[in-house]
Amino acid sequence: MATRHDTAALPVKGGAAPGRPPAGSSADKDERRRAKLSRRWQRDARWSPYAFVSPFFLLFAAFGLFPLLYTGWASLHQVELTAPTDMNWVGLRNYTRIFDDDFFWNAAQNTLTIGIISTVPQLMMAMGIAHILNYKLRGSTFYRVAMLAPYATSIAAATLVFVLLYGRDYGMINWALDFVGVDPIAWQDDKWAGQFAVSTIIIWRWTGYNALIYLAAMQAIPQDLYESAALDGASRWKQFIHVTLPSLRPTILFTVVVSTIGASQVFGEPLLFDPNKSASGGGEHQFQTLGLYLYEQGWVNQHLGRASAIAWTMFAILIVIGIINHVISRRLRASS
Amino acid sequence: MTTTVTPPETPPAKQKRSRLPKSARAGGTLHGGPIAYAILIVFTLVSLFPLIWTAIAASRDNQRLAQTPPPFWFGSNLFKNLEIAWTDANLGEAFLNTTIVAGVSAVTIVVLSTVAGFAFAKLRFKGRNALMLLVIGTMMIPPQLSIIPLYMMVAKLDWTDQLQAVIFPSLVSAFGVFFMRQYLLQALPDEVIEAARVDGAGSWRVVWHVVFPAARPAMAVLGMLMFVQAWNDFLWPFLVLTQTGNPTVQVAVAGLGRGFTPDQSLIMAGALLGTLPLLLVFAIFGKQIVGGIMQGAVKG
Repeated sequence: MATRHDTAALPVKGGAAPGRPPAGSSADKDERRRAKLSRRWQRDARWSPYAFVSPFFLLFAAFGLFPLLYTGWASLHQVELTAPTDMNWVGLRNYTRIFDDDFFWNAAQNTLTIGIISTVPQLMMAMGIAHILNYKLRGSTFYRVAMLAPYATSIAAATLVFVLLYGRDYGMINWALDFVGVDPIAWQDDKWAGQFAVSTIIIWRWTGYNALIYLAAMQAIPQDLYESAALDGASRWKQFIHVTLPSLRPTILFTVVVSTIGASQVFGEPLLFDPNKSASGGGEHQFQTLGLYLYEQGWVNQHLGRASAIAWTMFAILIVIGIINHVISRRLRASS
Repeated sequence: MTTTVTPPETPPAKQKRSRLPKSARAGGTLHGGPIAYAILIVFTLVSLFPLIWTAIAASRDNQRLAQTPPPFWFGSNLFKNLEIAWTDANLGEAFLNTTIVAGVSAVTIVVLSTVAGFAFAKLRFKGRNALMLLVIGTMMIPPQLSIIPLYMMVAKLDWTDQLQAVIFPSLVSAFGVFFMRQYLLQALPDEVIEAARVDGAGSWRVVWHVVFPAARPAMAVLGMLMFVQAWNDFLWPFLVLTQTGNPTVQVAVAGLGRGFTPDQSLIMAGALLGTLPLLLVFAIFGKQIVGGIMQGAVKG
């Protein structure tokens, strides 16, 4: 990530005005005008970068950082949805309340299992597809665009279709499973079936996108690595294991981190997959995620303070993941 | 020609015999075999099938969807259902609203990201690396964690059911800054900037006359990605907008699905309408979007 292009070579220190003619035998007035220009030039060079980056940081501070920090403050208060500006200090009680709530641990566990079921197969399939797309193919653009179609589909639209496809009585998936002798599965009621179904929606939406990211990284691998491996008699499979995968390590780490963050936030899919249209993630909370639990506490039970405590707990989890990621990537860099 | 060459899983024995690096390379110069095509076609079908079936279900009626086997071909109710869904879900207003939100969000993000990305890529200033690390760090924080104070703000400002409640939080993207920086690092030669400076151009003129023209392809791709993201955003609009007051498309479609005693064919019609515009964009600009995603990825 180091920037080696930072030698934009602005003539800051020298004070040489732009367009300064080589000969200096000019009148005093002219000289002063140049000095003034030069000073304006220096000011411009020094301050304009800050002017360029400040809109981003100002907006981010207002709508990202400040709310994130304020969530921590709100998590120490009792705040009701109906009067969001009325805050009563309660210390850590919101945290003890949610840690005492079985549904919190249930949601945490569901988030973890849905995260694993959705992320691991997704990234493995994406890797396989990328590997195939890396061959010379006819109509490769068509495949690439077609597999992005799920990415263009919103969570809402995708989940509503999958609710129908996963219908217990008339859904196409149970109809197809019937052919291989499987009894109808109650996807929306059963715990593991429900989590699996919710995960497939996520997998469907993101596999193609991740495949493109892997493909891009694969195309950046220098050809001579493969050539020398082939000369050493390495089979295609061995080349994939010993050349492709190691070269892709940073990209894999990147996608794992992004998918993990995404998985920790899953909300729309379980909300809309619920047959009772509630925020409980199924009648038995069987596929309620942390994101959905946060929504239920804040907007259904109207405890914004408790919802804030959940948000900050999720934030803490993400920080831990970030630290782990940092350690792993440092070790990767050290080993290579 | 492609069907006659070796399949991807060439047996090692065959490779040893040929010993030609070209035929044994797994890189981009090798032709895919029938197995590769078969896998790709299956994967493409799986990707497209739910969308096609959305259209099939939208062309039937509720009774037909409650029968086995499920329908596999189009019925005759498509336009009738689309029309009812359009009025029932308030989709006309929703489309207008979403276009405004996604348009304002995408344009603002693109402009701000290009300017900031230019500063990070090409200008020297104190604290640059630290600020860039901050940008990358913010990419890792999901915006969902900030929704509670934002909701309080919206309530306090009385912005519930108003589009600005959705627009303002969507105006920044750390990914955008990162994306533009990566692009400008390699697409904008330092000499061009220097030449403009020698001609007496100040920083703002450099941005307008040099950076924007050079960044145009990346700006277009980023704009499309951000438009898609804003168009499909669900949680936040769902919290601050209601189905009857200025819904976005996602809020309207979800509202259709969350209605009680629902008519499934109507829900599918709504889902189809909400998805079609983006599918059209992808059908037209698919190549550019694919290129943009891949370009953003390599440098990531």
